[in-house]
Amino acid sequence: MNDNSPLTTLFVYFATLSLFAMGGANSAIPEMHRVAVDTMHWMTDRQFGDMFAISQLSPGPNVIIVTLIGYHVAGLAGGAVATVAMCGPTCFLAFFVAGFWDRFKDAHWRIAIQAGLIPLSLGLIAASAFVLARVADSNVYAGIITAVTAVVAFATRINPLWVFAAGGILGLSGWL
Amino acid sequence: MSHLDPPLTEMTPRPSLGELFKAFFIVSISGFGGALPWARRMIVEQRGWMTTEEFNEAFALAQFLPGPNLVNFSVVFGLRFGGPLGALVAFCSLMGPPLVIVTILAFLYAQYGDLEMLGRILKGITAAAAGLLIAVTTKMAAPIFLKRWNSAPVIALLAFLAVAIMQFPLPWVFVVLAPISIALAWFKR
Repeated sequence: MNDNSPLTTLFVYFATLSLFAMGGANSAIPEMHRVAVDTMHWMTDRQFGDMFAISQLSPGPNVIIVTLIGYHVAGLAGGAVATVAMCGPTCFLAFFVAGFWDRFKDAHWRIAIQAGLIPLSLGLIAASAFVLARVADSNVYAGIITAVTAVVAFATRINPLWVFAAGGILGLSGWL
Repeated sequence: MSHLDPPLTEMTPRPSLGELFKAFFIVSISGFGGALPWARRMIVEQRGWMTTEEFNEAFALAQFLPGPNLVNFSVVFGLRFGGPLGALVAFCSLMGPPLVIVTILAFLYAQYGDLEMLGRILKGITAAAAGLLIAVTTKMAAPIFLKRWNSAPVIALLAFLAVAIMQFPLPWVFVVLAPISIALAWFKR
């Protein structure tokens, strides 16, 4: 990979990843972490966690974390290339499939594929939660924040912003 | 598109390209931690461009495809109401503003990411975000684990173990598990 320019690497990597990201950007977090931290050594665990946090604080679709990773690897162009690569291929798919999608509303294969992909997405999102918790929860207090947030968010319909604010303030307090 | 609209609804308003741009622009700078609820609110409740069923149906396609769901949806929606140009407008207005904002944040992070104080704040936020994701997972898992189709929890568990614990590359996991899971769903009924 070293003989390629980083932009090519970014493009190929995110374009490929996008085709396997069932269930949206959140399903792809473990794979992004595996490649960005473990395989390509683009960043540390902590930096990956930071970028996830920033992407959650940013408005817009969750997929925007790829812009942060791309920028970290190759600056302005890297951010743009990673974003286009992550969104482009499946947008083209959507563009071409949209025309005849309605026709297959009740098709057995469509129902089977949809039903079959749900548990896969679920497993992947659970893996995302696990990977992030492992990155963030380096001590007991951080683990408690994660656990309490999980319970509160499960039991209530709290605005995520409050949760982030609480996490940020507790983080700032120096316990983590 | 053409099937069984309730007979009494007045013509659903058809957005112009300008309105399309404005709507997705607003959605793109609204939501935190994902913009889907904002897109639904804008399109179904505020603008009345789609009924809830139409929205769900179009969004099902976006979910059916891999990749970022809402971004896929913007293309499907834009295409339906404004043709290819509409798709381009919806996509660009959904991704453009966040791209600019996040690039600025990325620049700031590159400058100040080493500040200890910032690191502590972000760490707290990541810990909380992980908790949010656990809550989302649990909400998703509840109906799957509680009812009918018995193989679903097994597939979900295998996917989790393969990706989170074994750290296998996602494409391999997908290529192995997706056909099995779809075949199980196919033969289910």
